[in-house]
Formats: sequence, structure tokens, C-alpha cells
Amino acid sequence: MSVATKPKLAVYKFASCDGCQLSLLDCEDELLAVAGEVEIANFPEASRAVAPGPYDVSLVEGSITTAHDAERIQQVRKESRVVVTIGACATAGGIQALRNFKDVREFISLVYARPEYIQTLATSTAIADHIPVDFELRGCPINKYQLIELISALLRGRKPNIPKHSVCMECKFRGTVCMTVARGTMCLGPVTQAGCGAICPSFDRGCYGCFGPKETPNTSSLSAWLKDNGDKRPDELVRAFRGFNAWADAFRKESEAHE
Amino acid sequence: MKILERNNFHRLFDVLKESGFDIIGPTLQDQAIVYDHLEGVEDLPEGWTDEQAPGKYRVKKRNDKALFGYVVGPTSWKKFLYPPRQKLWSAQKAGSGFEVAAEEGVPQKMAFLGVRSCELAAIAVQDKIFCGGSFVDPHYKKRRENVFLAAVNCAEPKGTCFCVSMNTGPRALGGLDLSLTEMIEGERHYFFLRSGSAEGEKVLSRLPLKDAEGGQQKKEDALLEEARRHMGRAMDTRDIKRLLYDNPDHPQWDKAAERCLSCANCTMACPTCFCSTVEDVSDLTGEHAERWRKWDSCFSLEFSYIHGGNVRQSTKGRYRQWMTHKLASWQDQFGTSGCVGCGRCISWCPAGIDITEEVKAIRADQPARAESP
Ligand code: SF4
Ligand code: SF4
Ligand code: SF4
Repeated sequence: MSVATKPKLAVYKFASCDGCQLSLLDCEDELLAVAGEVEIANFPEASRAVAPGPYDVSLVEGSITTAHDAERIQQVRKESRVVVTIGACATAGGIQALRNFKDVREFISLVYARPEYIQTLATSTAIADHIPVDFELRGCPINKYQLIELISALLRGRKPNIPKHSVCMECKFRGTVCMTVARGTMCLGPVTQAGCGAICPSFDRGCYGCFGPKETPNTSSLSAWLKDNGDKRPDELVRAFRGFNAWADAFRKESEAHE
Repeated sequence: MKILERNNFHRLFDVLKESGFDIIGPTLQDQAIVYDHLEGVEDLPEGWTDEQAPGKYRVKKRNDKALFGYVVGPTSWKKFLYPPRQKLWSAQKAGSGFEVAAEEGVPQKMAFLGVRSCELAAIAVQDKIFCGGSFVDPHYKKRRENVFLAAVNCAEPKGTCFCVSMNTGPRALGGLDLSLTEMIEGERHYFFLRSGSAEGEKVLSRLPLKDAEGGQQKKEDALLEEARRHMGRAMDTRDIKRLLYDNPDHPQWDKAAERCLSCANCTMACPTCFCSTVEDVSDLTGEHAERWRKWDSCFSLEFSYIHGGNVRQSTKGRYRQWMTHKLASWQDQFGTSGCVGCGRCISWCPAGIDITEEVKAIRADQPARAESP
């Protein structure tokens, strides 16, 4: 492929911690290959040189929390052929969506000395609530191998191998003993989408649900089981579902059911 | 029948190793008894046992030093015969075309130590699937041909075992190279050994064995008879094909679906479930491509995706597919039940769904249903 025809990649940031963008920089070995195959046209985290749009692929990190960003994302859509949202903020509103369950003005008055300087929306919402999105990469942060897989697939015009099944299947692939069954640990794996490689259960922790709800998540069954067999109180269930993906539909409804 | 004393048990490891086998067997890891590579007797879970119930598994200390005093755990042997992820081939760009490189040389000879009778049955089921009929899976076959099976008779079934119902245990009978029965009588600790093949005979011939005396056979019989009577669960399999084929709309399927997480743990843990998906990957440069086979499950949506959509959208449809296949259509497909009664799907289901209870519930109202018009 000649330089002139290299696809142009842009990376955008909205309300987020930059962790997902860092996953891209963290690709180290692969980053050179990425740079060889695409023109990184707009990626302020990596380089100040910005080539003008339109872009073939835009990776969007972060959620929409201000009126200004709600407008800016429209512009991103206009100048991008393919929009890929990356990370829990962009795909579900992120941890900052915890504000959605409360009155944001109260937080502002408590946190800021001059609340009148703060202009923010009442909610933190996913990019897909504002514009059509072509593909989403879940996770807090995203998994760099999934990112490379997605870029490789886009470059060749093939379907990316990004499964939507449970984290449990990843536990079984790597031979991790199920913590729920063998120890009674609270684990969101059965309702959470795979992608991390089931890291937490392999380090003696239940899954925190970083990759958000899997396909057909049966959250109420998991809660019932945790209540009856794991002695979990309703407030513990609320907290369990209110993590990085608190505003993802299935998790939001489940946490609200226990309030 | 021969006798191997406990203090000579390490010789079995020596002989298997000298014969070039990689020994795989039970070992304590992450608070469960899993199957992994073993170096010697000291890797076995000496003095440990397990307790199992729907959605619950716990390891516990025993008050003796039994080496095989537990039943089956989260791993099954399929992990070694049919790995969760397997590269089938790779291809490299060459000029205007590409070159294909096949994967995998001949895998190392493996000796499975501590195979239970239900697991022998499960291996026989997978042998049929992968090596029977006109389509033989070369990857499975290559591994399977090099496996030595050293079985252990089950003396203490646990809460989710039901091999007696499925006619697969607790005594290991066929399709093995060697069988063991562990005997502990006060201070005396020994094993009854039998060979089941020429290869097994060869191994036996190199062990320091004694002949068993007449009365000792009776002791083994009594032990295994006792085991038969202590199954954790039971499944009434009479006419089970009809039962399930006749009841696709039974309300019990909705009840199961309410609880089922569609997490696929049951199918991953099941020693006979064999479904997989194939993934093609290419690298960033597009110079290199690979084809991988990965375990998949009837509980994942993509698995039953065909042109235009998924044919089993509901969890009810997926659970019903799984159980009906296991117990009924498997018989039409492979001439055997797909369930060997090992209980893994019951213990390792995070929602505690119990296949034996589901069958019972569907069966329960049959006479009543037959009477009503
Ligand atoms: S540890 Fe969690 S993610 Fe892993 S199998 Fe168990 S429930 Fe599923
Ligand atoms: S269906 Fe359940 S009990 Fe039957 S063989 Fe599979 S895991 Fe074992
Ligand atoms: S039956 Fe249990 S293990 Fe199987 S998919 Fe449903 S919840 Fe998961």
C-alpha cells in the first residue's frame, strides 16, 4: 500500500481518564506496525501534528457530559467514515455516570468553590446515545489485543473476532477455577462480556464487570443467587452493578431494582 | 488382580515416565482439585476431598491420607485431548499467493492418571464424535492415540454424582489400560491393580506387585457396591427421548430460563460437550493469517447465528437445546447418551441449575398431562 492511500486514523477524547488511549500507546511492539499501515492523522495524546479530516476510522474515548461535547461529537461523526467507541466511558457513560443516579448540582456545590463556573449536563452518557456508532470496544480500560484485532480486521475488511459471550468462558479457556462455585465469591463474570481474558478471577478476585453486560445478561438471576447463597445485602448488590458500566442498561436496571 | 502397596506407589510414576509419558492427573490448585501435569506422588491431593452441591464445590481435609479420596472437579480430560484453543494452521504471504503451514507435530504421549469411570465413558463418547464415522478429526485423533488411561474406581461418590443412573460407574470397566482401587484399612494403605490392555500389562509387569488373595476381591466388591448405593443424585432415564421430544413447551423450560445465566459454564465443564467455533485472524500487515479453533457453546448467541439471525434467541431455547441434545437427540446422532452423570454441569453452574431436577420436574406431571385432553 502506498503512503498516499494509507487509511487515516483519528483518536478523540471526551470525558474520560485517557486510559484507553494509553492502551493504544501501550501497544509498543505493534505500534510501529500500526503506524506502518495507517496514517495517524489526529492523535493529540501521541503527537501535536494534526492532519485535517475526513478520517477513515475514528476511535472515540470518553462520554458526553457537557453541551459543548454533545456538539463536538456530531462533528466527529461528520468527518469519520467509521466510528469506533473505545472503553466503558464511551460505550456506557463510564464511572462518571454515577452522577446520573443523583442530582449533579448537589455534587457541584459540594466540590467546587465557585459552582457557577461549572457548566455540565445532568448526565454522563454513551457516545451511541448521541450519534450512530459502527463498532464498540468495551472495557475499563480496553484490552490492547482487542484493539489490535479490531484495527487489523478493519484494515483487511474482515469481521473482527470480538466475542459477546460471558467472562466465564474465558475463565474456562484459561483453566481458572470458578470463584463463585469454589469459594462463594461475588463475581459478575456470568453477566459480563468477555474481552479482558478473565484477569480478575485468575488473581483471586471476582469480576467487576469492566466490559459491561454481555449478550442476554440475566442479572436478576445472578442477584437472586448472590442474595440466597452469598448472603449479599441489597446495598451490596447496588454497588456491585454500579461500577464503570453503571449506566449500561442491564446493569442500571439491576442496581435500581435493589435500591 | 494385583496389589501395589502405598509405599511403592511412586514406582507407577517412575514406570510411566520411563515409558515416555507426560503424566497428567489430579492436583490441588486454587482451592479445587484440577487436572494438570504431575511430577510425582507428592503432586497428588493426598488427604483431600471435595464436597459438591448445585453451584457449590469445596475442598476439605480428610482424616486419612487417601490419594484419590474425591471425585471429579472443574477440569475434564477433554482439555488435553481437545484443547480450548487450538491453532489449526497458519499462512504466510508469498509473492502473489500464500503458503500454508500446518500446525502441531506429534504431541507428547500423555498418561491420564486417576480417570473415573464416568470420564472413561465421556472419552468414549468423544472418541465416537471425533474419530467415528466418515469425518475424523486429525487433531483429536493424534492426541488420543498417544494416551495411556489409568483409571481409579470411585469409592466415595459426592453430592452431584449420578453415574449409576447413566450406567457409567462407579466401577471402571472398559476402554482403559490400567485400573486402580485405593484401599485404606487402618494403618494399611494399598491399591488393587488390573490391566486392561497390552500397554497396561507392560506397565504392570514393571511394578513391585503382590498377588491378591481370594478374600480381597470381596473387599473391593463391597466397597464399590457401597459406592453404588451412595450416589448424590439420580436421573430416571426411562424413555427419556420421548419425554423431552414430547415436551418442548413444558413450563419447566421457562423456569430454567429464568435462572439460567447463559454463561456456558455447564458446556465448558461437561466432558462430552464438543462444540467449537473457528476464527480467522490476520495481523496488522496482512502478511500473516491464522486459523484457530476455540471451544464454543450452544449458550452463546453467535454459536447459532446463521444468515439472517440467530436461531435460538431466547435463553429458554438455548437451555432446552442443550438439555434435549445431551439426553435425547444425542442418542439419535451418536447412538449414546451425551450425559455420563459426572455432575459437573450441576456443581459448576453459578446458578445451581440441576439437570436431574429439570428432568424430574418435566417428568413429574406426565401422567396428569396424558390424562388431560
Ligand atoms: S470466576 Fe466468575 S467469571 Fe469465572 S467462571 Fe466463575 S462466575 Fe464466571
Ligand atoms: S451433562 Fe452434566 S452430568 Fe452429564 S456429562 Fe455433562 S457435565 Fe456431566
Ligand atoms: S445452566 Fe448454569 S452453567 Fe449452564 S449456561 Fe445456564 S447458568 Fe450457566
